[in-house]
Amino acid sequence: MAAPLSQAELTQQLDYLLSPVLSSRRTTTPLAELLAALTRAQQDFVLHWIEVIDRSNYEMAYQFAAAAPAALARLDDKSVESWILNALDTYDRDGLYLGSQVFKQIDAWLPSAANEHAATFEHYAPVLELYACGLAGRRLRLDIAAEPYTDTETLYLPPRIAAFADTAANFNLYKVIITLLWAQGRYGTFHTDIVSACAVYADLERATTLLSHFETLRLESCIATVLPGVARDLARLRGNTTDSRCAVLQNPAATVRDSLKLLAELYDVFAAPALPHHTALRTEATTTRNKRLQRERSALAEALAQMLPEQSSDKAPEAAAQDRIEIKTKPAPGTAGNFDVEIRLDSLPVTPPEHVAQLLDSILQDLGEIPDDYLHASGSGKQTLSADDESAGDGKDMADDEAGTHLYNEWDHKRRHYRKDWCLLRELDVAPVDNGFVEDTLTRYRPQVAQLKRSFEMLRDEDRLLKRQSTGDDIDFDALVAGYADLKSGMELPERLLTRRHKAERDLAALFMVDMSGSTKGWINDAERESLVMLCEALEVLGDRYAIYGFSGVTRKRCEIFRIKRFNEPYDNTVKQRIAGITPQDYTRMGVAIRHLTKLLNEVDARTRLLVTLSDGKPDDYSDHYRGEYGIEDTRQALIEAHHAGIKPFCITIDHEARDYLPHLYGPVNWTLVDNVERLPLKVADIYRRLTA
Amino acid sequence: MGTRATPLNTRPLQGEARIIAAEPYYEAVAGEIALFEAAHASQLPVLLKGPTGSGKTRFIEHMAWRLKRPLVTVSCHDDLTAADLVGRYLITNNETVWVDGPLARAVRSGAICYLDEVVEARRDTTVVIHPLADDRRMLPMEKRGELLQAPPEFLLAMSYNPGYQSVLKELKHSTRQRFVAIEFQYPNAALEEKIIRTETGADAAIAAALVRLAQMTRNLKGNGLDEGASTRLLVHAAKLIARGIAPAAACHGAIAEALSDDPEMLCAIDEFVSSVF
Ligand SMILES: Nc1ncnc2c1ncn2[C@@H]1O[C@H](COP(=O)(O)OP(=O)(O)OP(=O)(O)O)[C@@H](O)[C@H]1O
Ligand SMILES: [Mg+2]
Repeated sequence: MAAPLSQAELTQQLDYLLSPVLSSRRTTTPLAELLAALTRAQQDFVLHWIEVIDRSNYEMAYQFAAAAPAALARLDDKSVESWILNALDTYDRDGLYLGSQVFKQIDAWLPSAANEHAATFEHYAPVLELYACGLAGRRLRLDIAAEPYTDTETLYLPPRIAAFADTAANFNLYKVIITLLWAQGRYGTFHTDIVSACAVYADLERATTLLSHFETLRLESCIATVLPGVARDLARLRGNTTDSRCAVLQNPAATVRDSLKLLAELYDVFAAPALPHHTALRTEATTTRNKRLQRERSALAEALAQMLPEQSSDKAPEAAAQDRIEIKTKPAPGTAGNFDVEIRLDSLPVTPPEHVAQLLDSILQDLGEIPDDYLHASGSGKQTLSADDESAGDGKDMADDEAGTHLYNEWDHKRRHYRKDWCLLRELDVAPVDNGFVEDTLTRYRPQVAQLKRSFEMLRDEDRLLKRQSTGDDIDFDALVAGYADLKSGMELPERLLTRRHKAERDLAALFMVDMSGSTKGWINDAERESLVMLCEALEVLGDRYAIYGFSGVTRKRCEIFRIKRFNEPYDNTVKQRIAGITPQDYTRMGVAIRHLTKLLNEVDARTRLLVTLSDGKPDDYSDHYRGEYGIEDTRQALIEAHHAGIKPFCITIDHEARDYLPHLYGPVNWTLVDNVERLPLKVADIYRRLTA
Repeated sequence: MGTRATPLNTRPLQGEARIIAAEPYYEAVAGEIALFEAAHASQLPVLLKGPTGSGKTRFIEHMAWRLKRPLVTVSCHDDLTAADLVGRYLITNNETVWVDGPLARAVRSGAICYLDEVVEARRDTTVVIHPLADDRRMLPMEKRGELLQAPPEFLLAMSYNPGYQSVLKELKHSTRQRFVAIEFQYPNAALEEKIIRTETGADAAIAAALVRLAQMTRNLKGNGLDEGASTRLLVHAAKLIARGIAPAAACHGAIAEALSDDPEMLCAIDEFVSSVF
């Protein structure tokens, strides 16, 4: 084992790592003193994490360094890790102050009797997210909060549950709470503005607590009709102590109005028992829901208008939509939250486009029906185009003479035609960085890399048995029999009677297009770079031709494509250092990037050409002009162009909302969501393997 | 087969023609029966598109029975060549004998020939499929220098699962545009419950719970699962339950493990199971 670093050595390293947050009054001497007492392995651990946290925030790294010796002394390895991860998550979500608070609260991570059986959100989040998604039929975000509640888009859950001396029971409580929060949205808890309704009582807090209790009882009977298992859990949790005054709620047909009525009757007299699955009711739910309804209503009106075939009518298309389109819905019998939808255009049934179906489903989840007036346009909801840099020019002011620049058209879905030479794109090199990133990644993932290579070797070795060869290593019996038959009938015995193993010809070229927008800063950028390392390792085994480019930019005049590896460039040190040098830039104007890379990919001669995008979110740019529908439609158009050019586009994303727009862009199957950023490095290569198996 | 195969023939020819005597149970989901009948009457080939376990095989068996045609099924694999479909010379008693492949036999007997998972087959099979699938309706038998004209009763059908993500396994447009496509979706909840009950004798509550479970897994398609639970898996689970296996264990074995190897996904599906039962 290596000797521990001396205090002087530590001071030197810490000075380097933490310099931006040091001052004459804050030096690294006290930190180095404490760290000097640790083992070399512990010192390396701390230095490693300081470096990692530096990428998010220097002050966080300092706070970590200050707390690390105490944490290492008191927590076991697993707890230390979840302490760090929790702090980083908190920092990402809530900022520096709360993030550094976590570093100061080491005790919360101490093993204790209660902690031993606790279920933590961190640990179960992946399963709970799958559960919520299966339940709701759309992705609901999960997050932590002191008290469980929902704003109808995110389900907030406690960071840990230790209500029972049994981990399974604590985990089950998470599941019950998720089901309840989902049911609040699904069975109409927020159909009226409940918080205002409670505000008429003297004690708002008491009123909402009571209402929540009544709603939980009511929802239990709704849940019983579709998820009897959860209803049994609910009954057990409340200890079968239903107050007879609440009997009206034990009818699945009861509504939130019944709960409110009961609240009016019992406000003064009823004492709600404290139950482990109590959830809070918050105003956010109503406001978020209303905002969503408004947004979706105008989106729907617009989408329906677009479904109308081109027509010469002088009526506004929205008015025409109202006359010609009819929507009928009913809950799909036997399902928990799904609806059957029938759309008729001019009395003929039509299948709605994917994005319309999704809008309808989302509205149905909120309202349980599509109100008639939803076919009207929402009036004032019309967006107006903002006058920013997007409005001027036809590209003439942008010189095309600068070396390495290109002009591309952009699709304007509102005008239904291209804006000529609208985007100016430059190709740049990523500046190589020599910091051992690739080697570190390979060390970190050594077993996984080995496994990945094995699975890629299998793909490569999936060689074909070529029949009827003139040279080869075995007799082709079929050919021999056929030849013998020929011979008998007076013909010559053919020469090609052997079989030969031959590597399957993978005539395939793949271009990876990596999101380098500012939103990838921090962990996502790390994960992206690590993914590329793993991918390159795997692709080198396979021998497929591949190239890697990054994309970013600000406004249409500064779209940038970053060369990381060209098709005919070997995977050498320069490429490795470019991967290390990938840094988040600006925005995500995707259409132009796709057009440029399509052009590059078209110059490669291969039977199958793949354009794989690694992305963290929707297309976006500095002005809100590109954000939203315009950007989505331009990207879609660029993908259609790529498709026409014989290229297969595919997208790997980490955006949890991808479901809302990626099917519209890439079709139902040509994209994959990797839920967990940490897993991206392991997943990307594997997805590529399946894609080309 | 009229001839004895020689020991030299290493690959058995597959796809016996079957006469289906008893009505295979099939629950129509939309207008697919009428569409198939019309295609048959118009001498048009049919492409059955849909996810695994959605009733394609059952449907084709039902249609063969309904139209009173023999059924020849060929499961395509990546070593299946045109010769495997058309036929080849064999040697018997020191003499060469031509033996029809399943496709040739189907054409001669005016059968329904069902090429299951056709994208798996070698590309050279299109050479024989294309002339048979357009209005020529002819099977070229190169080796014999013969062109076989399909009788009006003959119907070529193939299945294709568009859900595969592999870009190397897409159906070529020149192939798919020759076929009348019938899309198979999972049946609606009521119908799917009926199928489960009829296939397994399960009671209504169990069938309803299974269908709800299926719905939840289908909601995860694209969010961790490549496919949701098919009707087939529900039938499997119901059969196990009918034999006295507890629902949790039956669904875990027949459904969860069939859908995923990922521990978190398995855990989530098990939670669906404990919720719906
Ligand atoms: N419409 C239906 N009517 C009756 N049974 C059905 C129906 N759909 C599915 N099934 C049941 O589902 C099982 C699986 O169906 P089948 O084998 O036909 O699927 P498939 O579409 O051919 O799948 P694969 O693509 O994997 O071959 C059937 O054995 C049957 O029990
Ligand atoms: Mg089948």
